[in-house]
Amino acid sequence: MVDVAVGRGSVKDLRRASAATRLRYALKRKSTVAFLMTLPLILLIAVLVIYPAFYAIHLATLNKSMTRFVGFGNFRFLFKRDTFWMVVEQSCIFAITAVIFKALIGFIVAHFAHNIPSGKQRKWRGMLLVPWVIPPAMSTLAWLWLFDPSYSAFNYTLGLFGIAPVSWLGEVGWARFSVILVNVWYGAPFFMIMYLASLKSVPDQLYEAAAIDGANWWQRIWYVTLPMMRNIIAITTLFSLIVTFANFDIVRILTSGGPLDQTHLFATWAFKIGIEGSDIPLGASISLFMAPILAIAAYFILRDVTKRGNEA
Amino acid sequence: MAEVNLRKVVKRYDDVEAVRGIDLDIADHEFVVLVGPSGCGKSTTLRMIAGLEDITDGDIMIGGDVVNDVPPKDRDIAMVFQNYALYPHMTVAENMSFGLRLKRYPKAEIKARIDEAARMLDIVELIDRKPKQLSGGQRQRVAMGRAIVRNPKVFLFDEPLSNLDAKLRVQMRIEIKKVHQKVRTTTVYVTHDQVEAMTLADRVVVMNKGRIEQIGTPNDLYHKPATRFVAAFIGSPAMNFLPCRLEEAAGRLHVRLTEQIAFPLPSDRAARYRNANPGQQLLLGLRPEHITEAKPHAEPGIEPFDATLDVTEPMGMETLIYFNLAGKQVCGRVNPNAPARDGQPLRLAVDLNNMHLLNEATGAVI
Amino acid sequence: MSSFAIDKAGPGRKVKFGSMSRDRVWALRWSYFFLTLFAIIALLPPIYMLITSLKSSAEISAATNPWWVFHPTLSNYHELLTSNQFLRFFGNSAAISIAVVAITMAISIPAAFALSRMKFWGSATLATGVFLTYLIPDSLLFIPLFKMFALFGDWTGIQLINRWYVLIFIYPTLTVPFCTWIMIGYFASIPKELDEAAIIDGASWFQTLTRIFIPVALPGLIAATIFAFTVSWAQFLYPLVFTTSTDQLVLPVGIITTLIKGDVFNWGQIMTGALLGAAPPLVIYAFLMDYYIAGLTAGATKG
Repeated sequence: MVDVAVGRGSVKDLRRASAATRLRYALKRKSTVAFLMTLPLILLIAVLVIYPAFYAIHLATLNKSMTRFVGFGNFRFLFKRDTFWMVVEQSCIFAITAVIFKALIGFIVAHFAHNIPSGKQRKWRGMLLVPWVIPPAMSTLAWLWLFDPSYSAFNYTLGLFGIAPVSWLGEVGWARFSVILVNVWYGAPFFMIMYLASLKSVPDQLYEAAAIDGANWWQRIWYVTLPMMRNIIAITTLFSLIVTFANFDIVRILTSGGPLDQTHLFATWAFKIGIEGSDIPLGASISLFMAPILAIAAYFILRDVTKRGNEA
Repeated sequence: MAEVNLRKVVKRYDDVEAVRGIDLDIADHEFVVLVGPSGCGKSTTLRMIAGLEDITDGDIMIGGDVVNDVPPKDRDIAMVFQNYALYPHMTVAENMSFGLRLKRYPKAEIKARIDEAARMLDIVELIDRKPKQLSGGQRQRVAMGRAIVRNPKVFLFDEPLSNLDAKLRVQMRIEIKKVHQKVRTTTVYVTHDQVEAMTLADRVVVMNKGRIEQIGTPNDLYHKPATRFVAAFIGSPAMNFLPCRLEEAAGRLHVRLTEQIAFPLPSDRAARYRNANPGQQLLLGLRPEHITEAKPHAEPGIEPFDATLDVTEPMGMETLIYFNLAGKQVCGRVNPNAPARDGQPLRLAVDLNNMHLLNEATGAVI
Repeated sequence: MSSFAIDKAGPGRKVKFGSMSRDRVWALRWSYFFLTLFAIIALLPPIYMLITSLKSSAEISAATNPWWVFHPTLSNYHELLTSNQFLRFFGNSAAISIAVVAITMAISIPAAFALSRMKFWGSATLATGVFLTYLIPDSLLFIPLFKMFALFGDWTGIQLINRWYVLIFIYPTLTVPFCTWIMIGYFASIPKELDEAAIIDGASWFQTLTRIFIPVALPGLIAATIFAFTVSWAQFLYPLVFTTSTDQLVLPVGIITTLIKGDVFNWGQIMTGALLGAAPPLVIYAFLMDYYIAGLTAGATKG
């Protein structure tokens, strides 16, 4: 009755071997099927993402007419241009300021939305997410019209309070403010929705326990909410940093980089030089400067997403 | 309908041997339960019969044909899963008929089979509902219905009741038994619950660490366990094991527990243990029901002794008592009317006619 | 017993409870106040689009109160919806978006199924790679892609630059990685027993996918479809780079390049066009909000 597997006849060995081959075939077939199912995806990524990424590096080493290898010539040229350093500065100011405000406003709005009875949350959430739903090119047109110097709705409204008209997109300071404002308007709802989902996943018992321990609302946020949301805050912020840093639509439509190239981001400047100015190698060099920052952010996102996956 | 045979079946995951060569013959119409603690290889064995796991070595036969390389769908089996695995987007009827529809059975036949199974399982009025709208017990019935309509050679159950609460589990246990009495399909049933195993099975297969410890009818396993593992696994509260020695005294063979306590063995037991090495370290196995309050009149093989009770648990129809004997906590069952009180002494008796003697080193029952 | 009585009837406790509930009421009022404020800011541009779209050019240039329509008219809508050019933009956008959704699904679903269920050599790396690809923005790739397609035209004679359908090949780089990623997540959440049950019921891999996985993961599929559609509809950079002739433009680019003539801004028509361009995503969002949000939040979890 109690069995111990020991003896194996030679006939048995033979049969076992053939079974093993058949098994290998079956496995082979299953992984072949799986590979074929992922093949379109692999091809798409290889041909239209990975190849162009390396092709960009190749392009960046050519001269304007793309006839001659110039090595780091384009980069050396960029380093000597004031506009380049201005774009670096403006890209960083734009991305960091916008992300901070998006995160803050998103967090605050998410809290208010979380406060109200859950039956009514859906309606409010629906309204607050509208900026994220409208194609940014379309909503930026509305902002362009709101900022319009002569017929501007904003200046009209300010005028009612006796405030002098503001040249929203004409002065460097105001123009920088305006592009950030529109980006925050567009991106904050995304943070709000992510935070709200994350707030909902914090168990109520934790707040009740904290309340019983005598924590006030601020301590509850600091000791319960923030630690529980830490991971999602990190992922959302890093993700938004990438998207904001690489932003094109808003600046392109609002200011086209002006006044005097003062609001250009890497993307808009690369477009101006590479496509409009037909200097493809220089444009490629400019856009490549986004890569290191994106890579760093991507590394941290991946780490956090994996961690989050393990928690789940 | 068919018999199922396993011949030296081995399952190896990388370096871990989950199933270490088991032999098992299941007769036509038989209800066999594989039972054992988690990780004993019972589920893996079932999944190998189903074809969901490849076998590393050995043969599995269903209805006399070796099915080692036959895909699950061609093995003519049906399986009921622990979490029911009902298709959430299909109604009960669609769930039950999915396999038949894939095999392109005629509509009329599908309907007839569903109706019959639904009647048998008493789920006729649920037939158009989605799994989400069903209770746990109802889902369990549907999962069984899905197996029944296929009219397979073999039913495979993988811990089907462990997601149900205690009361429903008892009810569904009876339900499963009734269904088996009606359809008489060969059934292999996996559970970690020994009560389920005992109540359902024609034969129980106790597994441990990838091996079969013992195969037998529920009564065999209970009264004649072959190993310490089986003796301890089957029965609740579990069997007591007390270190002991055999010794000759006054011309009779005694089992000595401590310096003070030694019981003379009844004559048939004495004959059986005559050849055991007297110096060997042994274990005395006694089920709680064989440790009771002492009766006024003496009976052969029933030996009285005194104990001080640590804890008593009145269960209604009996009272469980716990006391210390030979440095071990021992459980006994006494009549609820016996004067058993926490911390009080009580005169008890052991029934040595039902004792077990085990070799402590090997765990084998002598 | 005594502690129970103190808890229930202690005067200090009662006052505390009362103040807590008053706090709660005030918190609620403040929440509504700020939510209203934020909602106004959120809805200001679209509402302003609507207001302007109902004005005639005369009313706009008269610089009356910009927040009010004194002589509402549908002439802007009439003009745009009867303009062949505008309808062409709309048609191009719709054709591209629908084609991209179809291609995205055709690539993502089998890939996600294979990556979530059939472990094979390199499958984990590929899943990570998919996620990383999703993080690569359009503004990093538009120049090399433009050059690639231009060279492709030079070599093969098949001209793809300045053809609206070239975008059908390019948009999937934006949609496929994310859709695959969230579909992996949805597929992975389907219990393994469900495919085992299907296998025992006699389903092939393909049948398991089409008859079990796709219906069960339908919410995820809808979320992915919405994502693919809205991304394609809203794309601005690629069409700006790849298309120039007016008959090849998609809606966002078309509105900006044709309605803005030099320095002349016909704001009534621009706002009407923008509103019409924003309408399809808004309508989808209005009806399928829960799927939209599910798709949005699913991106931050590991598949």
